[in-house]
Amino acid sequence: MSSSPNLDPALMRGLTRRRLGRLSGLSALGMALAACGVEGKGNPGASAPAPDAVAKFWEGKTSTKHVDFANWPLYMDPKQPELKAFTKETGITVNYQEVIQEMGPWFAKVQPQLSAKQPIGFDLMVITNGVQFKQFKDSGFLAPLDPAKLPNYAKNAAPKYKQEAFDPNNVYSVPWTSGITGIAYDPKKITRPITKLTDLWDPAFKGKVGMFSDTQELGNFAMMALGANPEKSTPDDWKKAADKLKEQKSQGIIRNYYDQSYIDALGKGEVWITQAWSGDIFQKNVSDGTNFKFVIPEEGGNIWTDNFAIPVTAASPLDAITLIDFFFRPDIAASLASYINYVTPVPAAQQQIKDMAAKASGEDKEALTAVADSPLVFPTDADYAKLHYFRDFATAAEQQEYQRIFEPIVLG
Amino acid sequence: MSRLRRHIAPYLLILPGGLWLLLFFAVPMVTMLSLSLQQGDIVNGYAFTGHWQTYVDAISNYRTQLFRSLVYGALATIVLIVIAFPVAYWIAFHGGRRKPTYLFLLLLPFFVSFVLRTISWRQILTDDGPVLGPLKDVGLLGGSFHVLGTPFAVIAGLVYNFLPFMVLPVYVALERIDPRVVEAARDLYADPATAFRKVILPLALPGVFAGVLMTFVPASSDYVNSAVLGSSSTTMIGQVIQAQYLTTSDYPTASALSFTLMAVLLIGVFAYARALGTEDVMKVAAR
Repeated sequence: MSSSPNLDPALMRGLTRRRLGRLSGLSALGMALAACGVEGKGNPGASAPAPDAVAKFWEGKTSTKHVDFANWPLYMDPKQPELKAFTKETGITVNYQEVIQEMGPWFAKVQPQLSAKQPIGFDLMVITNGVQFKQFKDSGFLAPLDPAKLPNYAKNAAPKYKQEAFDPNNVYSVPWTSGITGIAYDPKKITRPITKLTDLWDPAFKGKVGMFSDTQELGNFAMMALGANPEKSTPDDWKKAADKLKEQKSQGIIRNYYDQSYIDALGKGEVWITQAWSGDIFQKNVSDGTNFKFVIPEEGGNIWTDNFAIPVTAASPLDAITLIDFFFRPDIAASLASYINYVTPVPAAQQQIKDMAAKASGEDKEALTAVADSPLVFPTDADYAKLHYFRDFATAAEQQEYQRIFEPIVLG
Repeated sequence: MSRLRRHIAPYLLILPGGLWLLLFFAVPMVTMLSLSLQQGDIVNGYAFTGHWQTYVDAISNYRTQLFRSLVYGALATIVLIVIAFPVAYWIAFHGGRRKPTYLFLLLLPFFVSFVLRTISWRQILTDDGPVLGPLKDVGLLGGSFHVLGTPFAVIAGLVYNFLPFMVLPVYVALERIDPRVVEAARDLYADPATAFRKVILPLALPGVFAGVLMTFVPASSDYVNSAVLGSSSTTMIGQVIQAQYLTTSDYPTASALSFTLMAVLLIGVFAYARALGTEDVMKVAAR
C-alpha cells in the first residue's frame, strides 16, 4: 500500500489510525476475555490437612441450638423419629430438607457459594463417595471433624467405616449409611426372574430400561457386564464399557438416565427394570404397597457410602457434629436402619433390632426380624466380596478422562 | 461551551441505552466467549488459554443433539403455523364482540408456570396413567406402548407451550386487514379461495414471519419439554448445555455449545429474513 503514490496522505493517516483503533479494540477484547478466568479453590494440601486445622476450625464455635440438614430423599422415616428424639434430648432443633438428588448437580449448585466463602444454608450434608466427594475435599469446602466431639462414632462404628479409601482416617467425613446398587424390576410386567446385569440390555424390555445418570454408577455396571473389575479398570475398559452403553442407547433399549427420580419412573410404569438403590425399593414397597423386586446381579453390584460432612461455611457446625454423633448411638442407628433398610455403619444396631423384634409381635416382629437378617442392611463378608466400589482416581487428569468417556452418553 | 454541549448531547442521549446494552448484553457475551476459550477444571479453576479445540470437541460430541434440536424446532414451528393460523383467522374475522374473551381464553393456561404445565402433561400421558392405563387394560394397546419418551411427545410439548407466541402475531396481522379490501376482491370476481390467497395471506405473512421468529428460536433451544416428556433418545441441545453448566461444571464446553447454538440460530434467522424481507417485519413491529 505504501508503494501506491496516488494515495492521499490524509486518507492513509485515517486508515492507519482507524486500523490501529480496531487493533487496540481487539486487544482490549482479548484482555477482557483473559480477565474473565474462573478462580478455582484448588488446595493440594487439603487431603493431608495441617495438624492444627481441626483446632483452628473449631476454635470459638458456639452452639446456636439449630441445625439445617441437607439429605437425599428416602433416607429417613417421614415422621423423623430420630430427629425428634435428638431435639428432645438436646434442645437443638433440626430443619431437615431432602434437597440432594444427585451428586453432580449438588456440587455444581453449592460450589459458587462455597468458593465465595458464603454459607449454603446447610450446616450438615450427606454426600456420596466418588468424583464430587473428591472435588468437595480438594476444594477445601469440608470442615475437618474434631474426633473429640465424636465419642459414639469412635465407640460404635465398624472398623471398616473408620478407614475409608476416599477419606483416609475420616478427617472430613463419617458415614451416614452405605448402600448397594443393584437391579429393581416390576414382577407384574416382567414375569421371568431377573438375575444378571445383561438383563438390562435385553431387547425384550425395549424403551423400559432405566440407568443412572451418575457416570460412576453407570460405568461400573457396564464394566461388570463385560467382566471387568471397576476398581482396577483401565481407560481401555472404560471405552469398551462406553461402547456397550452406546449400544443399549442406540437400540432404544434404554428409556432414560435417571437421578433419584428413577423410583418415580418405576412407580409410574415408565420403566420396568432399572438400576436401583437397595433401601429405596424396600421403602417404596412399604409406603406405596408395591411389590417391586431388588436383586444384586450375579456379576456383582456397586457399593457406596453416603457420608456426613460439614461445609466450612456452616453457621452452626457445633450442633451439626453433635447431631452426627447422635446417629452413632446403637438405638438410633437401629431405628434408622430398620426404616430405611440401608447398610448401617453401626454393627451393634443388629442386636438392637433383634431385641426390638423380640419385644414386638405380629407383622412388626416379622418385619424387624427380616431387617436384622437382611444382607442389604448387614452384609456378610461373602456379600461384600460381590460388591464393587467406584474407581478411585489418582489424578485429576485420570478423572477427566473417565468423565469425557461417559459424560457424552448420559448428557447426549 | 454550547458547542461542546452540542457535541456531547448525542452521546449523553444514547448513554442509558448504551449502558443497558453494555451491562446486559456485552458483558455476559464477553464473559461467555471467554469461558468457552478457557481450560481447567472446577477444583483448580479455569484459566484463559484461547483453546479453540473445545468448540471442535463439543460440536463433534453433541452434533446429533444440535441437529435434532433444529429439526424439532422446525417441525414444531410448522405444526404451530398449521394450528395457529385458523385459530387467529377465526378470532380475527368471526370473533365479533367476544374477541377479547377468546384471546383471554387462549392465554388462560399460560397463567400457570411453564414447567408445572409440562409436568402435568407427563402425569396425564404417563405409561400406565389415566389415558394409556385403561386403554392397555382393555387390550387396545400393547403393554409396552408409550407416548412419553418419543419425539412425538417432545414436539407436541413444544407446540403446546409456544402456541400463543404464534397465534398472537398472526392475529395482530389479520386483525389489521380492512374488511373492505376483501370485499373489493370479491367485487372484482375473486372467489373466496382466491381472495384468501391473493389478499389475506400476503397481508398476514408479516405476522407469520414474526410468529416463526418468536417460536422457532426458543423452541430449538428449549430444554424443559425434552427433559420432562422425552427420553435419552430425544435429548436436545439445551439439555446438554444445562447439564454441562449445572451437573458437570464443565463451563468451557457449555459456553462453546451456547455460542455455537446462538451462531447457528442467528445465521438461520438472517437467511430467513433475507429470503422473506425484513421490512415487513419492521412494519409489524412498528404497529
